[in-house]
Amino acid sequence: MKRISTVLAALALSVGVQFSAFAEGMAPDALVKGVTDDVITIVRQDKAIQSGDTRKAVELVETKVIPYFDFAHMTRLAVGKDWKQASPEQKTVLTQEFKSLLVRTYSNALTQYRNQQIDFKPFKAKPEDTDVVVRTEVRQPGAKPVQIDYALDKQGDAWKVYDVMVAGVSLVTNYRDSFGQEVRAGGIDGLIKSLKDKNKQLDTTASAKK
Amino acid sequence: MKNRKAESGTVSRGLACLALGLGLTACAGPGGHPKDPLEPLNRATFAFNETADKYVMRPVAQVYDYAPLPIKVGVGNFFGNIGDIWIGVNNLLQGKVTDGLSDGGRVLVNSTVGIFGLFDIATELGLEKHDEDLGQTLGKWGVGDGPYLVLPLLGPSNVRDTVGLIGDLSVDPVFQVEEVATRNSLTGLRFVSKRAQLLGADTTAEQAALDKYGYLRSFYIQYRLNQVYDGQPPRVKDPDDDEASGDDGASAPQAAPQSDKKETQE
Repeated sequence: MKRISTVLAALALSVGVQFSAFAEGMAPDALVKGVTDDVITIVRQDKAIQSGDTRKAVELVETKVIPYFDFAHMTRLAVGKDWKQASPEQKTVLTQEFKSLLVRTYSNALTQYRNQQIDFKPFKAKPEDTDVVVRTEVRQPGAKPVQIDYALDKQGDAWKVYDVMVAGVSLVTNYRDSFGQEVRAGGIDGLIKSLKDKNKQLDTTASAKK
Repeated sequence: MKNRKAESGTVSRGLACLALGLGLTACAGPGGHPKDPLEPLNRATFAFNETADKYVMRPVAQVYDYAPLPIKVGVGNFFGNIGDIWIGVNNLLQGKVTDGLSDGGRVLVNSTVGIFGLFDIATELGLEKHDEDLGQTLGKWGVGDGPYLVLPLLGPSNVRDTVGLIGDLSVDPVFQVEEVATRNSLTGLRFVSKRAQLLGADTTAEQAALDKYGYLRSFYIQYRLNQVYDGQPPRVKDPDDDEASGDDGASAPQAAPQSDKKETQE
């Protein structure tokens, strides 16, 4: 079991490395803009995604978005101080499950996209910075614009997103309270179980819809 | 015996919290959220709100959502225009004179050229829409947010924002309308239009959360902090982040999986 998960982790990592080779040397704001434009162009043309095809949305996110995200970092942030007491295996599983939850949830959110316009705010960073925020704004008629910010840090030559903030709310640290509760109630394994159950539940509702 | 003692301890602490009222933050039991001493009460209100939303508010919003987009946009703009007056006042109260004047300009333009606010011409002219209320102004003045509160039907709030909301409503133009039927219709329409804008986001929250109550609480606290700071809250490097990565290298060097190794290179 242990070996399988290590192999899987290595596999996921190597796929990630291949993809992120494209992103090497790219400025963080250009990276976010490139990925956003890519995804939006596809969603605009894809009637299936627009009509709520979750599987297709997940596919799109997996190929176009995930390579630029650092899920291990995100999971560490979401778990917070309890991360220290997790074993390396637990960390791997936690990362897998949290990634899966985020991907499913926010792929579904993509199916709700309806021609909103995305503006990029002026990007401020010094060349020596290794931790930056790229600010964007989603505009739609008749409603206030929604601020969406991406936090990235530099790993070697490539930038990776480790947090997304919607209207100032970190989608990652927003989990910290509930994760802490789960760990207090059932330890790290309790948290892993809750995440697995949640993902399973999302799976069944997704397939029930079809 | 031991168990019963612990149980009665929780109950009496809960009662003490209720009796002592809102000012206290020290009520939170072990593991309780420091900002949510009234959690049992809040969870009860939340459960009530969820039911009301499921059977009344959300279905009504879903029906409203069938209206053609220009109508929905017009309704949103109309109430947005009404709100801009008080938003401008709050910007002035916070010392943001340019923003306050710009809000006044928005009301002038949208109420005339924009035909009673149905069209948001001002945004097209470059006068950006702001989002302010008395709760934010109090926050800007240094008033702390106080314990988290879930209001019946209105949802997440805190003591400061509840006080702010009472102030907001006492000067709200819709609430000043004399004729009861008109006032109620306008209030209802505004509420439904707001709720309809959240369709979609509510599904996402439902799917994302392990515990929806905790997810929304955390969301509200961060959201209001961001608003008080006008989208630029102080960005603190997460202490847990450093701590954790430092510890990674020290405690698990022998068997760290590859994904972890990568992190320590940061």
